[in-house]
Amino acid sequence: MTAPQSRLRIRKQDQITIVEFVDRNILDEANIAQIGEEIGTLVNDDPSPKLLISFANVDHLSSAALGALITINSRIKAKDGQLRLADINSQIIEVFRITRLDRLFQIHPGTREALASFS
Amino acid sequence: MPPTPQPPHPSGDPPGARVRILSHRRSDAESVGDALEAEMRLAGYSAAACFAVRLAWEEAVSNAIHHGNGNRPDGRIEVATAVDGARVYLRVTDEGEGFDPASVIDPTLDENLECTSGRGLLLMRAYMTRVEFEPPGNTVRLIYERSAGGG
Repeated sequence: MTAPQSRLRIRKQDQITIVEFVDRNILDEANIAQIGEEIGTLVNDDPSPKLLISFANVDHLSSAALGALITINSRIKAKDGQLRLADINSQIIEVFRITRLDRLFQIHPGTREALASFS
Repeated sequence: MPPTPQPPHPSGDPPGARVRILSHRRSDAESVGDALEAEMRLAGYSAAACFAVRLAWEEAVSNAIHHGNGNRPDGRIEVATAVDGARVYLRVTDEGEGFDPASVIDPTLDENLECTSGRGLLLMRAYMTRVEFEPPGNTVRLIYERSAGGG
């Protein structure tokens, strides 16, 4: 069986891993599980993960996707790593506010600000 | 002769509601969601209203498949949708035994912020005008009213 196509675009800048989503809609539970696994591998492979997740081009996001992000956040915290979120459109940022997850995650308007925030 | 008023659907759906049986395949939920969004745009709803209803639709279907039907591969859900100029109506019925919505944790409490579930119901309530569970809890009706939603 061939490996499923990656749902992420990944690049490295200095010690920071920058992740973008291939999909505009992060709703399909199978895709969300795959995204969780792919990012989980990135976190596992890095002794001190610094991860920036960009939501540029993402139009829709479900509560299951939020759950996956929370799991990623916990795994990064457990390794004393750092997670930043950026490029979230105004409709999706409202979802983070309603769920109060804007308090759990460090959210920045753009990638540049997010990159500058890593210590 | 004046038109005979249509009797209400036995399920409580408004007259003219479109009822469909969906499998658990992603494509089923997606095609109804796409059709719903297209109908809303045609009826002049704003992008924000479409976003709200699409989100609530996804959460209701996801709850029905996962919590209601326990992800059974042969599970089915019955859905009803109706869009007019004033409101959008959705009903989702699963094959489960139902649940008590009051038993769902409040994921916005500080101590629950890191819980990975429980936000679907919160989002449905935040984005729709009314969210009603029918005892025993395996049917949810969601109503978006244009006047209240501004779109």
